[in-house]
Amino acid sequence: MRANCWMGKKKVEVQTVPDPQILNERDAIVRITSTAICGSDLHLYNGFVPTMEAGDVLGHEFMGEVMEVGRAVKNLKAGDRVVVPFPIACGNCAACRAEAYSLCENSNPNGWMAEKMWGHSPAGIFGYSHMLGGFAGGQAEFARVPFADVGPLKIENGFSDEQVLFLSDIFPTGYMGAEMCGIKQGDVIAVWGAGPVGQFAIASAFLLGAERVIAIDRFNYRLDMARENSKAETINYEEVDSVVDTLNEMTGGRGPDHCIDAVGLEAHAPGLQYAYDRAKQAMMLETGRPIALREAARACRNGGTISVIGVYGGFIDKFPMGSIMNRSLTIKTGQCHVQRYMRPLLQHIQNGDIDPSFVITHRMRLEDAPRGFDMFVKKLDGCEKVVLRA
Amino acid sequence: MSNTMNAETLGQTRSGRQDNTSPANDRQSSRGRSSASNGQSVLRKMQQPRQVKKIATGLGWFSIGLGVAELIAPDGVARLIGVKPTSTSRTLLRAFGARELAAGIGILSNDRPTGWVWSRVAGDVMDLSMLGTAMTKDDTDRTRLNAATAAVIGVTALDIVTGNGLSSQRSARNGGRASGIHIKRSITVARPREEVYSFWHDFKNLPRFMKHLESVTVMGDGRSHWKAKAPAGSTVEWDAETTADQPNELIAWHSLGDADVSNSGMVRFVEAPGGRGTEVHVDLHYDPPGGAIGALFAKMFGEEPGGQIADDLRRFKQVMEIGEVMLSDATVTEGPHPAQPLSSSEREEHRESRREPSRESSRESSRESSREPNRGMNRGMNVPIERTTDFRGQSSM
Repeated sequence: MRANCWMGKKKVEVQTVPDPQILNERDAIVRITSTAICGSDLHLYNGFVPTMEAGDVLGHEFMGEVMEVGRAVKNLKAGDRVVVPFPIACGNCAACRAEAYSLCENSNPNGWMAEKMWGHSPAGIFGYSHMLGGFAGGQAEFARVPFADVGPLKIENGFSDEQVLFLSDIFPTGYMGAEMCGIKQGDVIAVWGAGPVGQFAIASAFLLGAERVIAIDRFNYRLDMARENSKAETINYEEVDSVVDTLNEMTGGRGPDHCIDAVGLEAHAPGLQYAYDRAKQAMMLETGRPIALREAARACRNGGTISVIGVYGGFIDKFPMGSIMNRSLTIKTGQCHVQRYMRPLLQHIQNGDIDPSFVITHRMRLEDAPRGFDMFVKKLDGCEKVVLRA
Repeated sequence: MSNTMNAETLGQTRSGRQDNTSPANDRQSSRGRSSASNGQSVLRKMQQPRQVKKIATGLGWFSIGLGVAELIAPDGVARLIGVKPTSTSRTLLRAFGARELAAGIGILSNDRPTGWVWSRVAGDVMDLSMLGTAMTKDDTDRTRLNAATAAVIGVTALDIVTGNGLSSQRSARNGGRASGIHIKRSITVARPREEVYSFWHDFKNLPRFMKHLESVTVMGDGRSHWKAKAPAGSTVEWDAETTADQPNELIAWHSLGDADVSNSGMVRFVEAPGGRGTEVHVDLHYDPPGGAIGALFAKMFGEEPGGQIADDLRRFKQVMEIGEVMLSDATVTEGPHPAQPLSSSEREEHRESRREPSRESSRESSRESSREPNRGMNRGMNVPIERTTDFRGQSSM
């Protein structure tokens, strides 16, 4: 089959690799019809995630048609149309039973690597490093999907791929980011990063009853999307002297009630702070540039929540713990427990509350994946979200 | 600082090392006393666990400082140690800087930085050999080179003392025996205690999750025959005897006679709090071929025993909770494999390696038990679950 493979820093190639096979009895083989490039794939692309090997098949946002199921899979059959959640979760362990699927205790065969880095291991993830399992990903023609009796969501009424594809990751991820804020009536939410996950965090904050949402980014095309699609207010951080002052101005001096970091480890900022973090990152003295996170911590109103859904890998520096402790802030974070959100969010799509396809700006063939990565990483041609058709 | 003084310091630390291994010898050591009686108590103090950790942390920061200096200003460092800056010195010093940084980060980010401290010793030897080479060149500043060499010798001494201190702490942790390895690992399995115990109690199940075990044959009489894969393709076999067996509580065993790998072990089954199932505590002691050296080699070949047991327990949990060992594209084969599906030849190889008779039979039994993967799941657990698609609908939303 053809598959998009990580071949080194800033290098992906569509190659011919062997077809996947059933390895465990709860597996399914899925013929992929649509797959997407995720912002977190860019962290792999830019070489910030350890334990990648040349030849690793990328991709963790995908859907398609079931071709074959292992003998323990009873709920799916060949021909079913499914969206596959990005965390691999068994459904049996304590974490899964608490619906904390991205913390599945049985789905990472390379758990020891994650334990070395993080102390304990989270769930395995498709196409996201050996530390998170060494699973081939979904930017390919076919994929092996473990625990097919638990994860995949069957799509039965005629939605297009584009309407439901993002149930695999970015819609639930954005939704969980908003849900972790515990939004109450009248709340003002600030969202750092108006990439695809940020867009869904903004839309979800409104779904969950936020009064106002303020989006912060440096690309006007992304801010335009947030404004036009979700009626968010926007701040282009390159055009203001201080994001914190601007947010104070916009909220009567209180600061936003809750802040969502939808940026993660590769944040940008004008001036010295960026240079400082970029240099430390280059010298391996920190693995993330927590610029958005620092700003969120300063900006948040007393007693508010910082909800972190942007991806971090290792260690960060100059974390404003004093501000967080003394002002009673709460930090909530996690890889999304996608399986928990798929059905209710499908219901939202069904109700017409949201059409997730609004984020798509580029449609390409799987063969064009390298061009898609290049455009996405360089933000060329107003690139917000790339969907690949296999 | 002069060379002589540093040689003395090194002398002290050497006797200090003896001091550590055998206090009795040390009292008779005239060398340590004559050079500096104060040094003795200082060294003994340095060997105290907390002190050793403190010094290790200091060394970590020293590594980072020096590493950054070498990376950013290799020419400045070259001039400081009396070497004329050239493109070669720049490259070398930057490489050394990267090494220092790695060692520094390794020491600071690890609770037990023993290996990283020893890596500093290896680095010191490299530094010294480079300084030695520099001495033979004409365009160097001898005085500065001497001073630099003296400084490195001093640091080397400190590294060795610290490394030794950490190593001896480690062997004390491992049961305080010079030979043999003691491993403790535990895991929580979301299954009732009776089920976990009885699965483990049937020794022929063990190869299903213990990667290096080929087979266990139960011979009756509390005796069993064990066969395991050893490094470099060989196998080791031994007979074992169950020494204790308390249903749902613990199983203990030891090897009999002149086993290739003399070993003993105990596994305890403890009810986990809050209805979370069973805590499995494994306690193993064994003498690998060649004792501690064998273990060192094993570790070098990626067979670190503690890690192996942790992985075996992870697989045990998988077998108990999901009915089989979880595989990913990269973990089916031995050795590194990219995260992409196996080729047909690799698949064939994998099938071959699983076709060993012992494995086959155990896999058969695995099929038996996994036919009802949820059997007993609700027993003894506070949270009843149905492992079908049902719980997806139990969303909190």
